[in-house]
Amino acid sequence: MNCKSVIREISNFIDGALEPAEKQDLERHLEHCGDCKIVVDQTRLTIDVFCDSEPVELPSDVRSRLHEALRRKITEKTR
Amino acid sequence: MLCVTLMDGKARRWPVIGPLQLLSATNPHRLPSGIAKEDEHLLVAAAKRGDAAAFEELVNRYERKIFRLTMNITRNREDAEDAMQDAFLKSYAHLKDFQEDSRFYTWLVRIAANEALMRLRKRRPNQFSLDEPIEGDEDLMPRELEDWGPSPEQRFAQTEMHEILSDVIDKLEPDFRVVFVLRDIEELSTEETAKTLGISVPAVKSRLLRARLKLRHKLNRYFRQGDTN
Repeated sequence: MNCKSVIREISNFIDGALEPAEKQDLERHLEHCGDCKIVVDQTRLTIDVFCDSEPVELPSDVRSRLHEALRRKITEKTR
Repeated sequence: MLCVTLMDGKARRWPVIGPLQLLSATNPHRLPSGIAKEDEHLLVAAAKRGDAAAFEELVNRYERKIFRLTMNITRNREDAEDAMQDAFLKSYAHLKDFQEDSRFYTWLVRIAANEALMRLRKRRPNQFSLDEPIEGDEDLMPRELEDWGPSPEQRFAQTEMHEILSDVIDKLEPDFRVVFVLRDIEELSTEETAKTLGISVPAVKSRLLRARLKLRHKLNRYFRQGDTN
């Protein structure tokens, strides 16, 4: 497997979607290619930082409007 | 990973209150939120029976995440707020149609994503199309390979990290961004993402690969070692 193939398969590799033989090929490539290893590690970290990021607090005005709308909807439905 | 808080892992009953006793908008945690995510189906079942408090608990639980989702897709505060609100109202109105063949949250994400996409298409009719084919592999090869150091996540305060992530995702093209948001942040499966967006599984995979590589490249500016801005 060359660098171009590794880059093309990075997503499948990270997602565990490669066939065992392809996975092995890719891992063998990473053992001797520092550049591809950096890309794989940093791509994985990129996903992690987004996934680990906690959603920020909902602004109070946004929250008030949401619950006000919900209250109207529920009242309307139960009337 | 789905970032739902597990409080104590034990099931609790939520107080039965009427629709006019809905939680105050200033107190998001009025109801005991010790109900673990495994109990989501109990809340859904109660809400389907007309228990408004149970539906509110679901709203309390997911409102921040749904707002993050609609913000990430639309990148416009007004559109994000409208999309979030309509998503919750529609999910309430159509709750009886929810077949429970997936998690309620996944169903809600799909509704919210559609609401957000509708607004994104309206605002950027010529800039956003998931139908356009993607060029060849030439642009895929990463540039700027620099060491990020052992733990970039620990080098930045939480608010600073939020700003960085917001900045880089804002600069990602919408057709790549929506796929990344649904697949990697909301953790929909490739098939669910394809279904939500009305595109093929290979199209999702292709856009996801590009989105991930582009975000890595954009984060490099912030994360490279010895550089904190």
